[in-house]
Amino acid sequence: MSNHAEAQVANNKKTEKVFSWPNLVAKEFIAAILCTVILLVYSYYVDAPLRELANPGEPENPAKAPWYFLGLQEILVYFDPWIAGVIVPSIILVGLMAIPYIDVNPKGNGGYCFRDRRFAITVFLFGFIFWYALIVVGTYMRGPFWSFFWPWETWSFDFPTPPPSVSLPNWLGIPALLIYFGLGMLVPAVAFWKFAKQLGFIRYNITMMLLLLMLGMLIKMALRLMFNVKYVLQTPWFNI
Amino acid sequence: MNLILFLIRKLTETEVWKSVFRHGYTDTPRNRALQTISNVWLHLHPVKVPKHAVKIRYTWCLGGLTFFIFLYLTVTGVLLMFYYVPDVNRAYADMIDLMYVVPLGRLLRTSHRWAGHAMVITVCFHMLRVFLTGSYKAPRQFNWVLGVLLLVLTFLLSFTGYLLPWDQLGYWAIMVGTNMGAATPVMGYQGPFADLLGVKINNDVRFALLGGTQIDAPSLLRAYVWHCIGIPIIAGALMILHFWRVRKDGGISGPL
Repeated sequence: MSNHAEAQVANNKKTEKVFSWPNLVAKEFIAAILCTVILLVYSYYVDAPLRELANPGEPENPAKAPWYFLGLQEILVYFDPWIAGVIVPSIILVGLMAIPYIDVNPKGNGGYCFRDRRFAITVFLFGFIFWYALIVVGTYMRGPFWSFFWPWETWSFDFPTPPPSVSLPNWLGIPALLIYFGLGMLVPAVAFWKFAKQLGFIRYNITMMLLLLMLGMLIKMALRLMFNVKYVLQTPWFNI
Repeated sequence: MNLILFLIRKLTETEVWKSVFRHGYTDTPRNRALQTISNVWLHLHPVKVPKHAVKIRYTWCLGGLTFFIFLYLTVTGVLLMFYYVPDVNRAYADMIDLMYVVPLGRLLRTSHRWAGHAMVITVCFHMLRVFLTGSYKAPRQFNWVLGVLLLVLTFLLSFTGYLLPWDQLGYWAIMVGTNMGAATPVMGYQGPFADLLGVKINNDVRFALLGGTQIDAPSLLRAYVWHCIGIPIIAGALMILHFWRVRKDGGISGPL
């Protein structure tokens, strides 16, 4: 067989089709039944939580949001509420929606393949795991007054002494931010020139800005944990 | 035996039977195709799908499971609405009734709650699956955007349901959540630039969410209406678009 004919055969094999009934429908049916059974059995043995009647005069300590928002509540430790509760989720959502428009790599459509999409998959998985890691910390390792406890430690209800916090003075913070974002935008453009050119100017800037914001969050968290840094930028209207 | 077969044949030849079931069930390609296209529920599917698409290890059934759990939540949710009244003086007592008095009420309420959590999990992992298989790439970009919106709506559906039991858990969780809303720049009374539009505690975004300056009867009613009517309608509309686009954008993603 010639190469061309072989390619033809391979191509036909790829798009080989089967009837939805019963090949697809049967599997969906089984999945639905299994899902129902698991739900009912689990619900039979594990009751849904129901605490005492709501009492505005008696705050829960710790008061926790539903688990899927605990990542955001967890970063309240490191950022002011307007960032943790509003700006961060907004950027995440806009960033998620932007993905198909900034990822111009045509490879890897329709299969699990890391080799063709190293950058995209690494960044996405990092963000996905970051989100869930924060949820795990918020769910299992935060006790009264949102103090940190390892899962095997018993919660104490003593109000913890807040650590002495320092803020970077603006003469240090502003240049640090400018250098971080400036170099962050420039260095990859030079080091990975082909990648940047493939993306084009606008896509490259959006991609790198989203990436730098995500990594910046991690850096700010590290600064807080290691050096008790409260803010890196202070203005009369808001602090970051 | 012959009698039974004879009766079945007679039955399936009647006008009534034929008016309900349009085609036979003999295993022929024609009947397999008709089974999909002449059934209103099944014609969501194409008659034929690529072979790789029916592999469990390609989709993990995650999108379908998410939709199925949504249907499960709709059914159990409607049943719960027969017993639950969103009134601060009654809501908690209705929960206790569901747990101890209503036949199967405990299973109903508990499985509704766990199904809500399950849907958040399956929708997140559906997104991961779609990402890892590169299924958002052209021409499916816009369907990914719709998917992100549906992810948000799933969070909101679950979140609005959290307050309904009117217990300490829900009350203080909603307190945490809506207080973050108060910190919205410009539109929240505690956020930066709140003065720009003269935003105060009684006209900001948190006030709109709660129907007041604190969590009280209007907040419970708002959570209830959004949870049972508002968000399901919006999510349902987007789901129609989402599924329709899967078909129109060339069916399930596949190797190019």
